Amino acid sequence: MQQADISASVRTFINDNFLFREGIEAIADDASFLDAGIIDSTGVLELVSYLEDTWGITVADDEMVPENFDSIRGLVAYLQRKRDDARALRPGPVPAFAGT
Amino acid sequence: MRVEAFLEESRRRHPDKIALVAGGARLSYADLDAAASRCANALRARGLARGDRVVIFLNNSVEAVVSIFGTLKAGGVFSVVNPGTKADKLAWLLEKYRATALVTERRLLPVAAEAIPRAPSLVLALVAGARDLPAGLVAWDAALAAAGEAPVADRGIDVDLAMIVTTSGSTGVPKGVMMTHQNVVAAATSITTYLQSSPEDRVLSVLPLAFDYGLYQVLMSVKVGATLVLEKSFTYPSLVLQKLKEERITGLPVVPTMVAILLQMKDIAPGDFPDLRYVTSTAAALPPAHIQRLQDLFPATRLYSMYGLTECKRCTWLPPEELRRRPGSVGIAIPGTEAWIVDESGRRVAPGVVGELVIRGAHVFKGYWENPEETDKMLKPGPWPWEKVLHTGDLFKADADGYLYFIGRKDDIIKTAGEKVSPKEVENAIYALPGIRHAAVIGVPDAVLGQAIRAVVVAEPDSGLTERGVIAHCAAHLESFMVPGVVEFRGELPQGPTGKIRRSQLQAEAARRALGLPAADAEAVAP
Repeated sequence: MQQADISASVRTFINDNFLFREGIEAIADDASFLDAGIIDSTGVLELVSYLEDTWGITVADDEMVPENFDSIRGLVAYLQRKRDDARALRPGPVPAFAGT
Repeated sequence: MRVEAFLEESRRRHPDKIALVAGGARLSYADLDAAASRCANALRARGLARGDRVVIFLNNSVEAVVSIFGTLKAGGVFSVVNPGTKADKLAWLLEKYRATALVTERRLLPVAAEAIPRAPSLVLALVAGARDLPAGLVAWDAALAAAGEAPVADRGIDVDLAMIVTTSGSTGVPKGVMMTHQNVVAAATSITTYLQSSPEDRVLSVLPLAFDYGLYQVLMSVKVGATLVLEKSFTYPSLVLQKLKEERITGLPVVPTMVAILLQMKDIAPGDFPDLRYVTSTAAALPPAHIQRLQDLFPATRLYSMYGLTECKRCTWLPPEELRRRPGSVGIAIPGTEAWIVDESGRRVAPGVVGELVIRGAHVFKGYWENPEETDKMLKPGPWPWEKVLHTGDLFKADADGYLYFIGRKDDIIKTAGEKVSPKEVENAIYALPGIRHAAVIGVPDAVLGQAIRAVVVAEPDSGLTERGVIAHCAAHLESFMVPGVVEFRGELPQGPTGKIRRSQLQAEAARRALGLPAADAEAVAP
């Protein structure tokens, strides 16, 4: 999976689940979700479910931090890192992408 | 005693002790008291008079705490407004309370700037964290820096109004709960008594200050001279847990939604928080299974299950020793107050019989701001001729030992994530959308939120309305906790003989569905 695809999927998820609820059309890749007022604690849980269900990763408690979760850029970088780690640990096909 | 004396007394006792940790700042009692005094003088210098209202529209922050005590030191009445409030409602509240001053912050300025011109009573808008403000707005830092710390002379007495707390009404129109200094002192004294609060306590709160449960964390911590660690939200639970360890927190107030989230975390283990002396929970019932798992996670911590409503702050508490024996109970009346259950005619009922809970005590509010009709529904003549007592509108029963059990509400207010939501207020917002013929808003059981908000609507043919469109419209006009998670379109809604939509039928249907039961056939609703 290319970074561009990850980025597109993450952006679609954020648009479909958070942005329209606040009447926001679009958000910059590096804009803070907290500052934009589009995320709360249940929103973070929705993000965790999305990452785990769609991308087959496991999110540790201490990874649920603003550096990883508070912007599209942070999410994409985090997801890329997790998938690289998984690939390094487990040769073979990366879990299938169930999104889009 | 007036509420600002909490701060002044604590400063006298231990000026150098840390009072408040928020947003990277650590303020001693001397720092906090000095800042509040400067805030009071800044407000007075710009026209605030005794009894005038100050609306505080801020996230949890140092400025919010300083504004609360600064307003009281100036003899004013404060009202904290949820930072998620949209411009229309903020303007409505400013006008309703005829606010003289507004305190806000840079991040909330777009909303505030839209509301300010619509509030003719405003003479002052203070903005924290901003420089180079447009004309008419005053920078918080500069205003405080220029003000002195001398006490304001005519601040008032303890039967004066201290605060107005905005709460949802079943009519859909928000109500302002009026609390005097005496009311606040009575409630704070009672609660800190059963919590056994002390200056050694370090309390961590993520609850918004617009919510009285969050507000009282500030008032009570300052009253006993403890340290309050104020966080903006519970958005990142692991950061909050980290703070819990770093600051060696002894007291943690939660709502059931936070418990549901905590119990989903994978990496916390029993005994991780040895300093945590107590956890309090209120706003909705904690499922007994959650209580057990919470106790397993915090084995040495006292868990307080409580119940209250804004109109008296807190009604009951369950002594932690009773939790194992009566996990479903919210306990007994808080110290120095009385609680009992009455039938429709106002007579006390026997144990086991369901009736309305009535509260008597110095913590009971003085009425809703300029709303005598709604006030009369809550404050009614009691057993003694000289007073009125609080009819909570909540249905309870008592066991043989007098412990109280919450059964349900008499009205249809939805409790979601610890917040009270009036279905009517949400329906009113939906009806403002062109193309909506009927709308009903109900609460459906939800493992994390307690209740989730669902809108059931009938749209005009060819309206082109979509679920997404309805949700986006609600989001533009309502606080986010009021926005429906799901919008269901139907061909018709159940109606009574007068054409009134039978929300209760939809509510019952949703409850049956959640339990996996088929829809009751006689009451079945066309899909």
